[in-house]
Amino acid sequence: MNKKMYLARNPRIAARRLGEETLVMAAQGSTLFTLNATATILWQAADGVTTLDEIVERHICPEFDVKPEEAIRDAEALAEDLYRHGILVISEKPITSTKSPALEHAR
Amino acid sequence: MPEVAPQIDRYSTVIAIGAVAIRLNTSDSDFLELLHQRYAGYVSAEAQAEFEFDVDLVPPTFCGPDGDLSVTLRSGRWVLDRGDFRAELDLAGRHGSIRQSPNPYSIDAVLRIVHTLVLAKQGGFLLHSASAIRNGKAFLFAGVSGAGKTTISRLAPKDATLLTDEISHVSKRDNGYVAFGTPFTGELAKLGQNTSAPVAALYLLAQGPANRIEPVSASDAGRGLLANMLFFAQDQETVRWVFKAACDFVDRVPVYKLTFVPDARVWELIG
Repeated sequence: MNKKMYLARNPRIAARRLGEETLVMAAQGSTLFTLNATATILWQAADGVTTLDEIVERHICPEFDVKPEEAIRDAEALAEDLYRHGILVISEKPITSTKSPALEHAR
Repeated sequence: MPEVAPQIDRYSTVIAIGAVAIRLNTSDSDFLELLHQRYAGYVSAEAQAEFEFDVDLVPPTFCGPDGDLSVTLRSGRWVLDRGDFRAELDLAGRHGSIRQSPNPYSIDAVLRIVHTLVLAKQGGFLLHSASAIRNGKAFLFAGVSGAGKTTISRLAPKDATLLTDEISHVSKRDNGYVAFGTPFTGELAKLGQNTSAPVAALYLLAQGPANRIEPVSASDAGRGLLANMLFFAQDQETVRWVFKAACDFVDRVPVYKLTFVPDARVWELIG
């Protein structure tokens, strides 16, 4: 049985939506990343209380016309990649304790 | 027997680059003269200064300007440390100290770092770019070493005013951005004119077989700008300010890729 995966933005990350992509900078080390359209969706929807399955169902499937099973598999891999880079926080339970909010400047 | 305190002469000058004026105090008249020569056009003993540094001159060390640089915030004071200098700055108190040998390279590095710290919170920055004013508007030409900053500066027509061939000073204003001349020189070894103009465009330099201007995506503009911004402090808050400054800039100022051959005709595309 699949476990639920909750995503939250790492509060140590600065991010800004620029055009179709999102620029992300890790405050520690000043490492710069560019999030593509799918990763941008995950970043924007990563509120700590919405599961990855719900994000895929609500935002990714309608946007990219892709089957849910395939989309969820790809989204999990992407979320874990973003986690490894310190951009997202992942948990099996809702995430409510990222006290300092991420510096988001989405237009 | 009465004590006789040795009399130490104090000399002072203000180096004003853009909207940031820094007073330097020294007891060495030769060093003062060095400052006046190095920053000619940017010095004034009478100007009001926002920040003040006491410069403590020490004998030269074996450490040159290529040493590792550390810029850290410790108990509210910025500590700037490289093999050839150590400086401290209380940004809120607007006072600091510099310990270095009497050479122009160390003080130049300190001034650049202090400018980046001051500008960051104001939404401005120093940029690895040549810049020039033409028809009342400033144009920035950014690129790493070898990208063509000096070349495009050399090719500038007579009606262009060169602000710098190496490091531009960009300040944020309510209605946009202003580029100021700087004394920070590159291969041209010529100080920029101490003047300013509103920024009309940023060009990311590339050399190629023909002169061409191309639009770049917003994210490429942000990446290109951040890749050329000078910032040294690694603390989270300063990195956030720098990131925000870059994103705000590309939101408001057109950014293009400028491919050019080393030919003065490239300036027909500018201004």
